Amino acid sequence: MPSYVVASVDEIPPGKRKLVDVNGRAIVVFNLDGEFYALNNRCPHRGGSLAHGIQTGLVESKEPGQYCYSRLGEMVKCPWHGWEFDIRTGKSWCDPGRIRVRQYPVAVKPGTELVEGPHVAQTFPVRVENNYVVVEM
Amino acid sequence: MNIELRQPDISQKAKLKIVDVDIHPKSSIEDLKPFLSQRWWDHLQTYGGRTRQGFAKTYPYPKGQPIASRRDSWPPGGGLPASDLNFMKQQYLDLFPIEHAIMNPLSPTGQGDQNDEFSAAMAFAANEFQLEGWNRRDPRLLSSVIVAFEDANAAIAEIRKRAGDKRFAHVLFKSRTVEAMGKRRYWPIYEAAIEAGFPIGVHVFGTSGRPASNTGWPSFYIEDMTEHSSCCQAQVASLVLEGVFERYPELKIIMIEAGFGWMPSLGWRMDKNWKRMKDEVPHLKLAPSEYMRRNIWVSTQPMEEAEEPDQLMEVMNWVGFDRIMYASDYPHWDFDDPIMALPPSLTDEQRAKLYYKNAYALYGLG
Repeated sequence: MPSYVVASVDEIPPGKRKLVDVNGRAIVVFNLDGEFYALNNRCPHRGGSLAHGIQTGLVESKEPGQYCYSRLGEMVKCPWHGWEFDIRTGKSWCDPGRIRVRQYPVAVKPGTELVEGPHVAQTFPVRVENNYVVVEM
Repeated sequence: MNIELRQPDISQKAKLKIVDVDIHPKSSIEDLKPFLSQRWWDHLQTYGGRTRQGFAKTYPYPKGQPIASRRDSWPPGGGLPASDLNFMKQQYLDLFPIEHAIMNPLSPTGQGDQNDEFSAAMAFAANEFQLEGWNRRDPRLLSSVIVAFEDANAAIAEIRKRAGDKRFAHVLFKSRTVEAMGKRRYWPIYEAAIEAGFPIGVHVFGTSGRPASNTGWPSFYIEDMTEHSSCCQAQVASLVLEGVFERYPELKIIMIEAGFGWMPSLGWRMDKNWKRMKDEVPHLKLAPSEYMRRNIWVSTQPMEEAEEPDQLMEVMNWVGFDRIMYASDYPHWDFDDPIMALPPSLTDEQRAKLYYKNAYALYGLG
């Protein structure tokens, strides 16, 4: 599977994300506490751009009057109709069995390894002293 | 990295034209100033609006997303969503084959204000600004005739000013009127609209003092969003059963942003009751559902999303493929993307009707 260098690690600090073009496809890469996740940017509901949505938490309730708010920043909410997706799995909160955003494998690799190839660096300048986020597609 | 997020894929969907019957360009109070007399500008500065709701300057709750708008619709150069024509073109009007889009301004318009004279002055100013601030700069943007609909005389005067002006598409009501729309206090407005050649667009919301539901003010925004449809059902029932369409057969009403899944059940219920209680409403010469099909149009957004797409097609079939018109609600958060929103199983001809042919026929466009 070809892999693509999409960012240096320090470009996407924890809690941030970056919208990238991978082989003509819009992909949004998230950093959750040092772990990187890549999702197709297009919301499977009606096509909103997830990179323009807010990252939010998970609100759950066992019964009326009680609630639990957890996993802050681990859900992305579509900027249009507010569909929420679990960044770690791509699954939708409302209908996880059926509706999910396509997720792509991500790895962090050192520049020393990347300079060798066979990764497709596109126009991205790779330096041996940095670490890079690499998406497989 | 700037990347093009998406190109609309319309190649497979027939050669499209789109008439969007509901968009919301945003104006500010200052935009209206040139069109308000000094007397009303001073009044506005001194006393502000007096709508029938708890807060003078905002709605009583947030609306799902800030300013109820798509989070990606804030212009990069600053300002509120849909306040910047160039960004609106880039994000919507030019991205899709939009031939016309009908503006339904929600605020500031003076609609629903307790002060009738002020309401009328604001309606006039909001109409002038639609022409000057939007239509003149992009003639695809058609204006609504905003009227102070709680004051029939003022509304009629405003409609007559705009009669014959093709830059206006319809007369604009909000769905939460003080009394049900079939009551006679509103009839002269309908008559004036017919004389001027305008249909009447009824957009959901409104600050005349009524909740969307028939049972009081809801606790949640999700209730409000859901009950627009029950609010509009009550309005359609009132219009039909009071005999408005018997008195004004040429009247054309568009229910905007209320969905349409409720249309068949409302028609069935009214027809069933009518068969048993004809003598209570002897002024009705047709079955209630026949007036609905003759005098009522609906807009798509926010369209019901059925688990079984065929069910939605059956509902559309009941409403009539010649009565449904595409609407986006841009820039609001519940925006319907024209390419994604409509059921894929529509035929090319049905799709063309929803996208533009029905609007052409209703508004005399094309």
